Amino acid sequence: MAGSVRETVDAVYRTESRRVLATLIRLLGDFTLAEEALHDAFIAAVEQWPRDGVPLNPRTWLVSAGRFKAIDTLRRRARFDASLGDLARHIEATADAPVDADDESVEDDRLRLIFTCCHPALSPDAQVALTLREVCGLATEAIAHAFLSGAPTVAQRIVRAKSKIRDARIPYQIPSRVELPERLDAVLRVVYLIFNEGYSASSGASLTRRDLSAEAIRLGRLLVELLPEPEAMGLLAMMLLHESRRAARTSADGELVLLGEQDRSQWNREQIAEGAALVERALGSRRFGPYTLQAAIAAVHAEAPNAGATDWRQIVGLYDVLLRVEPTAIVELNRAAAVAMHEGPAAGLRLIDAILARGDLASYHLAHSARADLCRRLGRTADARESYQRALALARQEPERRFLERRLQELHETS
Amino acid sequence: MKYLCLIYDNESTWADMPHEQAEAMMGEYFAFTESIRQSGQYIAGEALQPVQTATSVRVRNGKLSTTDGPFAETKEQLGGFYMIEAKDLNDAIQVASRIPSARVGTVEVRPVQVFEQPT
Repeated sequence: MAGSVRETVDAVYRTESRRVLATLIRLLGDFTLAEEALHDAFIAAVEQWPRDGVPLNPRTWLVSAGRFKAIDTLRRRARFDASLGDLARHIEATADAPVDADDESVEDDRLRLIFTCCHPALSPDAQVALTLREVCGLATEAIAHAFLSGAPTVAQRIVRAKSKIRDARIPYQIPSRVELPERLDAVLRVVYLIFNEGYSASSGASLTRRDLSAEAIRLGRLLVELLPEPEAMGLLAMMLLHESRRAARTSADGELVLLGEQDRSQWNREQIAEGAALVERALGSRRFGPYTLQAAIAAVHAEAPNAGATDWRQIVGLYDVLLRVEPTAIVELNRAAAVAMHEGPAAGLRLIDAILARGDLASYHLAHSARADLCRRLGRTADARESYQRALALARQEPERRFLERRLQELHETS
Repeated sequence: MKYLCLIYDNESTWADMPHEQAEAMMGEYFAFTESIRQSGQYIAGEALQPVQTATSVRVRNGKLSTTDGPFAETKEQLGGFYMIEAKDLNDAIQVASRIPSARVGTVEVRPVQVFEQPT
């Protein structure tokens, strides 16, 4: 019996701890105090639930227990720091009011937490770390491991961010309608960074870190559920459509497989269907932006039964629109690669050479490998070799480096 | 809560500005100051003379040293400030974003440290 209650507590922790934390931060006005209160509330649950039974509404019970534990903590500390006594009395004065932990206010608290963790007044690194820690509940060590940095570095980043929230008084709020576009962009950027780090780790031996991508997709789902804005849907769609190719992206021996050569029967159909439906919804809103457009491009790829059947004309058209909303050299490069597929390698090469001639992307390995690939297809072996070598000098990921080395080797064999 | 808004911009932008444009900018400053007086958020605010009037003062081992110029040579110079009252950082950011120089330079927003008064 006691064992099954313990399992219940564990299950409640998994499903409710982030919600309870989000509400406690609002009630207590402090991240650290709320985390301690959350911890104490679960300790109380482990002690009391086997004896008294599992409460009817565990979430409300935990919020309420956490709040009283926080008042106790502040009272104890008030013996050393008188100012905390005032805070304890203030929280206590509001503590008689029933805990509003109904679904709607709890969902609002979750949004408050997301927007506060992704506040643009915090550094991008801190936004990512804080979101993974507070919203996703990842341990500091896990975050450090995922981003290949030391746990003390990540811990310090989180501590500093919490201090800034407290000292500069970053409010625990859902942004107003006026602020929403800018603030939502910041949130989406954090989710995208997390996904990208999981999908294509910026360095290291392993190409992907599945856990981070899964966290990002979970965050994306939460956002769409709480705030169904077109770009939130677009981002979730883009993540799902890219994730759907994960199994096909690497061969059995860990080598990189390009989109055109992937075994499409390995693509995850469920993720593709969900992603494509989200793209439709986002496009239908007519308020879509870069994430939706990138998702739409991924959806066109996903729809093609084989690489040869890809509708490149539509992809080039989508890139044209994307380039208007996001005029960056990277988008231009991707468009050039699509043009090469639609109109032939010579047309694509002209565009890539124009980008490189401007000096943009000169140190971006994918620009050189794309150029090398087009030269190779045009039979310009010497140019291809030179560009592959340049790409190899810039690439940091082991599977990508091996891929480039293989291509160089193949050039050597054919010439 | 009090926030200090430090206004940094390139002094040459002001110096090179046509007379009418500078007048218009000054007008915007007067209107902005008036609006935060009305809303009760204004505590203090001043414009500073150009950076070549700056003097840096240090005392080391009891010895005074005075040097010409600002503490740090930067592309954008501290040109003025507002001390404002705002309910939180978002509120302060909203006020700071309406300072005319925010469109050409940078406004640094810093919360004021409050020390416990010994009783």
